[in-house]
Amino acid sequence: MTDQTTPPSLYAAREPIFPRRVTGFFRRFKWAILIVTLGIYYITPWIRWDRGPSLPDQAVLVDLASRRFYFFWIEIWPHEFYFVAGLLIMAGLGLFLFTSALGRVWCGYTCPQTVWTDLFILVERWIEGDRNARVRLHKASWNLRKWRLRLTKWAVWLAISVATGGAWVFYFTDAPTLAVDLVRLTAHPAAYITIAILTATTFIFGGFLREQVCIYMCPWPRIQAAMMDPDTITVAYRDWRGEPRGKSNNRRRSKAEAIQIEADAQAAGPGEARYPGTPYRQAAKPAAPVIQPVAETGDCIDCMACVNVCPMGIDIRNGQQMECITCALCIDACDDVMDKIGKPRGLIDYLALSDETAERAGEPVKPLWRHILRPRTILYTVVWLLIGLGLVYALFIRSEIELTVSPVRNPTYVTLSDGTIRNIYDVRLRNKSGEARDFRLKLTSDEILRIELEGTEDLTLSIPADTTVLQRVYVTARPEDPAAKSAATDLRLWVEDTSAQTRASKATTFNGQGN
Amino acid sequence: MSKGKTDDVTGTETTGHSWDGIEELNTPLPRWWLWTLYLCIIWGIIYTIAYPAWPMVSGATKGVLGWSTRANVAAEITAHESKNADLATALLATDMDVLPASADLNRYAVARGGAVFRANCSQCHGSGAAGAKGYPNLLDDEWLWGGAMADIEYTVRHGIRNEQDADARYSQMPAFGELLEKDEITAVVEHVVSLSNAEFDATLAEAGATVFADNCSACHGETGLGDRAQGAPNLADAIWLYGGDRNALTETVKNARFGVMPAWGPRLTEADVRAVSAYVHSLGGGE
Repeated sequence: MTDQTTPPSLYAAREPIFPRRVTGFFRRFKWAILIVTLGIYYITPWIRWDRGPSLPDQAVLVDLASRRFYFFWIEIWPHEFYFVAGLLIMAGLGLFLFTSALGRVWCGYTCPQTVWTDLFILVERWIEGDRNARVRLHKASWNLRKWRLRLTKWAVWLAISVATGGAWVFYFTDAPTLAVDLVRLTAHPAAYITIAILTATTFIFGGFLREQVCIYMCPWPRIQAAMMDPDTITVAYRDWRGEPRGKSNNRRRSKAEAIQIEADAQAAGPGEARYPGTPYRQAAKPAAPVIQPVAETGDCIDCMACVNVCPMGIDIRNGQQMECITCALCIDACDDVMDKIGKPRGLIDYLALSDETAERAGEPVKPLWRHILRPRTILYTVVWLLIGLGLVYALFIRSEIELTVSPVRNPTYVTLSDGTIRNIYDVRLRNKSGEARDFRLKLTSDEILRIELEGTEDLTLSIPADTTVLQRVYVTARPEDPAAKSAATDLRLWVEDTSAQTRASKATTFNGQGN
Repeated sequence: MSKGKTDDVTGTETTGHSWDGIEELNTPLPRWWLWTLYLCIIWGIIYTIAYPAWPMVSGATKGVLGWSTRANVAAEITAHESKNADLATALLATDMDVLPASADLNRYAVARGGAVFRANCSQCHGSGAAGAKGYPNLLDDEWLWGGAMADIEYTVRHGIRNEQDADARYSQMPAFGELLEKDEITAVVEHVVSLSNAEFDATLAEAGATVFADNCSACHGETGLGDRAQGAPNLADAIWLYGGDRNALTETVKNARFGVMPAWGPRLTEADVRAVSAYVHSLGGGE
C-alpha cells in the first residue's frame, strides 16, 4: 500500500465572529453613512409630489400596474426603459471607477449587506454586550439568561427585518394606502409575500450569514479583485513598519515620553519630519517625529485589536484577502492602540501597494492625486459622464407627445375599387401631459399621398391625459400617381399638439404595386 | 459484489473489472446524493397521487387536488369575461349603427371582434382580412352584399349561399357555358374587360355588349356596376374576386361561381357576432 491521501473536505464550518466595539474616524463615518442610506431607504416612499389630479402623488413610485416609473418630476414610460438601462450602466461604471481608485469602498461602506449587518451587530452589542460578553454567552449553555438575551435579540432583528421588507413594498404602490391595507390585512397577497421574503432574507443574511454572504454568495469580491491594481488605495498593513511584531512591554514608552515626542513634533511644524509611512492622513493627528523602529521588533504589538474588530473575522496583517471588505474598522482599532503606546498612526492605513518600495526605503511616495488620476480612472469617469450627459440630454429633449407607427403589412397594400392604392398604419399616439390634448395628424412626402383616419372625417383627435391611443391611419395614392406604381415611397407621419404647438414625427414607407 | 478487493492507490473497493490494468473503483454514492434520490422518489409518488399522472385506458388519473389545465383556462376566460361583463352587456344593448360613436365600447367590440375573427374567419379571409381568390378582401371598399354595419352583421349572422340558414344571402349565376356559343363568350368577356378601362379589342367588345345586355345586365346592371341586392359584383372596378384577366373571366362565364359562407349566428354568441361585425367594419371598408 502506498500513501493514502485523504482529499481535503470541501465544506468549512462557519467560525462565529464577535466583532469588538471600535471608535474612531471611520466608525463615525460609517455610522453617518448608515443613518443616511437607511434614512433614504425608509423615508423615500413617503415623500409626496403633486402631479395633478390624474397622476399619483408619490415622489418615487414604480407603478407596475399602469407601467410607469415616477421619480419626482420625471415620469418614465415602458418604452423609455433605456433610462433605467443607462442608470444601471452608470452604476456599474461608477462601481468600476470607485473600485479601481479606492478599492472595495462599495463593500465596506454602502453595500446593503454591510449596512444591515452593521445595524444587526449594533443591536447584538446593546443586548448581549461587547465581544467578550458575547463570546462567553456563545460558549454558555442554554440557560434562562441565554434564552432571554437571544430571544430579545432575535425579536429586535425581526422587527428591523419586517420594517425593511415592509419599506420595500411601499415603492410599488401608494404608501399611505398600502400601510392602512397592510394593517387591516386587506392588501394584495403579493405585498405580504414580498414582505415575508425580504424579512426572511434580511433576518438570515444580517443576523446569521453575515460575512458568509460576502465570501460565498456574492460574486463581487471576485470581480472587484480583478479591477484593483497596485495603484489602488486600499486598506493595508505596513508590515515593513510593524514586523517583526512583538508584545515586549519594554518597547512601550512612558506617557511622559510620548507627550515629549508629540511636543517635539508640534515644534517641528507640519510636513516636516513626518513619519515616512503615513503619507495620506495628515489631518488625523499632528505630524509625528521620525522614529526609526527599535532594532528587533516593529511597531505592531500583536494586540489583535485589528482582528477583534473585523466583521469578516480576518487578520489584515496577512495581506490583501478576498474576504476583506475594506470597512476600515481595523484602521480605527489600530490607530487607537498606536495612540496609546505613543506610536504614530497609520500602521494599518489606506495606502497603495505600489508605494511599498518607496516607503520601505524611506523615500517620498507618490502624491494621492497621482494614485487617483490615472488613465483608467479618467476613462471610467469620462464614459460615466458621457452616459450621464446623454441621459440628461435625452431627458430634456423628450417631448410630451409621441407617436409610434407600425405599418400593417398583411397585406402590403389594398387596392380600392377605383384602383387607388391604400396602405394601413397602426399609429399609437401618446399624450404624456397631465391634461387631454387635441392631436392633429399630417403627412409629408415627396410624392402625392393622402391621409385619412379610421372612424373620423377630420384629422384631429382628442387624446386623454397620460394615455396612449391606437389609431388606424390610411394613406392612399390614386392609380395615376407615381406612389401607386412604384415599389416604396418614403413618407413621414407627423402629430401636432394644436394647443401647445409641439410636434413629433416618424418616418415610414408606402408600398405601391411595384412591390 | 466481490469480496472486498481494494485499489492500492486510493484504498477504495473495486468492482473487479479491469481494462488494460485500469481498474474500476466501486466508490459509494455520497450520502446526500442518496437521500436526495430517495426524497425525489417519495416526492414523485406524492406528486402522482396529487396531480393527474398515471395513464389509463381512457384518460389519466385525475389526482386528488383536482388540478386541470382545461379548468384553469376556463376559469381564466370566465374571470376575464366577468371583468368585461359591463361592456359585453352594453354591446348587446347598443344599436350597431351608433356603435362607432361610443369610443370605449367600440374599442372593446373591435378588440373582441378581432379575436373572434382570428379564430373563426381568418381561415378563409386571411389573418389580415385581405382575402384570397374566391374569398373577398374585407379591407377594400367593394362589398358584394353591402358594407354598412347592418349589412355586415346580417352577412355574418346568416352567411352566404349556405343550406343551414334559410335567411342566408342567396344568388346564383348561371353557367353560361351551356347557354352561349363559344364566340359569344369570347365577345362578352372582351366587353367585361372593356368596362374597367383595360386594353381591349373594340369590335369584339362591341359584339359582346349585345350579349351582355341580353344575358348579364339583369343582375350586373346595364353598365356592369353590379347589384348588391343580388350580390352581383361590380364589373367596372379594379377589384376581382376570381381574377380579372380573360382566362379567369372566361372560366367564370362558362362555369359560374358559387362562393359559400357559413351562417355564424348559430355558432357564435350574440355578442361575438356583433363584435366581429364591428371589427370587419373597422378595417377600412366600412360604410
